[in-house]
Amino acid sequence: MGRLSLRFAALGYLTLILIGPLVMMVWRTAEDVDGAWTAISDPDTLSAFKLTLMVTAIAVVVNTVFGIVCALVIVRGDIRGRGFLNAFVDLPLSLSPVIVGFSLLTLYGLDGWLGWFQRNGYEILFATPSIVLATIFVTLPFVVREVVPTLREVGTEQEQAAETLGASGWQTFWRITLPCIRWAVIYGVVLTAARGIGEFGAVAVVSGNFAGETQTATLRVEDAYQFAYGNYAPAYGISFVLAATAVIILVAMILLQPKESRH
Amino acid sequence: MSISIRRITKRFDDFVALDDVSVEVARGSLTALLGPSGSGKSTLLRIVAGLETADEGTVFIDEKNVTGRPPQERGVGFVFQHYAAFKHMTVYDNVAFGLKIRKRPKAEIAERVAQLLKLVQLEGLAKRYPSQLSGGQRQRMGLARALAIDPTVLLLDEPFGALDARVRAELREWLRRLHDETHTTTVIVTHDQEEAMEVADNVAVMSNGRIEQVGAPREVYEEPANEFVMTFVGQAHRVGDGFVRPHDLEVTLEPNGSTREVMIDRVVHLGFNVRVDLVDRDGARLSVQTTRDRAELLELVAGQIIYVRPTRHTTFT
Repeated sequence: MGRLSLRFAALGYLTLILIGPLVMMVWRTAEDVDGAWTAISDPDTLSAFKLTLMVTAIAVVVNTVFGIVCALVIVRGDIRGRGFLNAFVDLPLSLSPVIVGFSLLTLYGLDGWLGWFQRNGYEILFATPSIVLATIFVTLPFVVREVVPTLREVGTEQEQAAETLGASGWQTFWRITLPCIRWAVIYGVVLTAARGIGEFGAVAVVSGNFAGETQTATLRVEDAYQFAYGNYAPAYGISFVLAATAVIILVAMILLQPKESRH
Repeated sequence: MSISIRRITKRFDDFVALDDVSVEVARGSLTALLGPSGSGKSTLLRIVAGLETADEGTVFIDEKNVTGRPPQERGVGFVFQHYAAFKHMTVYDNVAFGLKIRKRPKAEIAERVAQLLKLVQLEGLAKRYPSQLSGGQRQRMGLARALAIDPTVLLLDEPFGALDARVRAELREWLRRLHDETHTTTVIVTHDQEEAMEVADNVAVMSNGRIEQVGAPREVYEEPANEFVMTFVGQAHRVGDGFVRPHDLEVTLEPNGSTREVMIDRVVHLGFNVRVDLVDRDGARLSVQTTRDRAELLELVAGQIIYVRPTRHTTFT
């Protein structure tokens, strides 16, 4: 009996908090499919999706490469302060995205330390570069967090074996280290992508939110909602696409999980 | 000499792992580095392989000074205690790894791998992954992988330490036969004196980062250089001012001039042999090894008072 009621509590909680709002949104989308479709196929919406995908793709590539490098330094490096580095990597998780955006504004603003770019016509703020920077910032921890424990678990023996067999450092990395951590990397990439697509706060501060230019998908949802004037179909439609993407990512993640290695 | 280790010293912070160690390993020999854990034997082996660097001293392999050279350039085959199997590769790819790195033609690799798998009795398992193998099979794969590169020397770091007693005994025997076929200069690190005695032509006994004695198994056992070797290689009890091995004590039921009175604590039947655990008057423990027939003849039972006399006694100055 106790176990049954526990299960009931858990399912009820998840339904109320997670499933409920999403189902409601899907419901509303279905009520006005034409209106939703019009909003989704609007050139500015398509441009927003494109921008989101591009920005996310860049963030994924950058944070995968540097994430693996950081994880290697944290686990294997014999430098001082790697504990500090390890803690520092989590900063984006604890820092509000709005503050991230605001700090970028300050740094790259006309009188910021890196204001040189903005002053000389290399637009960072209110342009794609700042959106990319903000997204990279908020998605930085995921690959590192996934790879660090796996690297620890794998140890260095396989790499040492490869070295005695003649493999160079680079060959060892590609043939041994990377295959050993591949599931952690893939998992980290998936989380990075999901977080990147969904990023709102930091991007809202730095992007300028120009429809068709610097408006990402989440910003477009916010716009559609703010300026709905009673017609919420566009907001529902775009939200639906984003939510569907998230669900697809989630399913992909479950399918990718190797059976033995995850809890 | 195939391996020449000269005056190696290695420290980890304040701990001296190796203290001015020199060892020579003859070409084609099978040498055991024998010692308790923490004696520095694994560190020494890893320094020979280039997986660890010495603070002082030099290492020669095949008359070439390899000190400071990375493991890739040393041409050593290394076998790890916990196998270090490439988990994401099949048995075939594990064994082929060194050859692929050397960019050998595919046909040559296939032929060599097949030959090695036969040698280590893993034919038919080429497509398995390490997780589908038993511990003994994994270690044989590790050996084939190390042998694939035709190493000048083969280094084994407690290779059978993670296996159960029976598989360990089998592999030990098999390793000896393999060595007699291939004649690859081999160094095996072990803390198991029985393993060292059974497998090696030459044993270097280590403790606390120093070499205590180097010699043939029989030499190390029969003529130990010091107290440590006497007690570590085989059992020995302190009797009076020297040491005696359990099979060098004679048991009698009656006292005579030179015997000691002891009480039987326990009689342990080990098949052909019987070990009799004893306590003397001062509470000191020792044991006697004797044959089953003799134990039965004397009708030895726990609680009985008997008399022992060393037939061979070793003292160190």
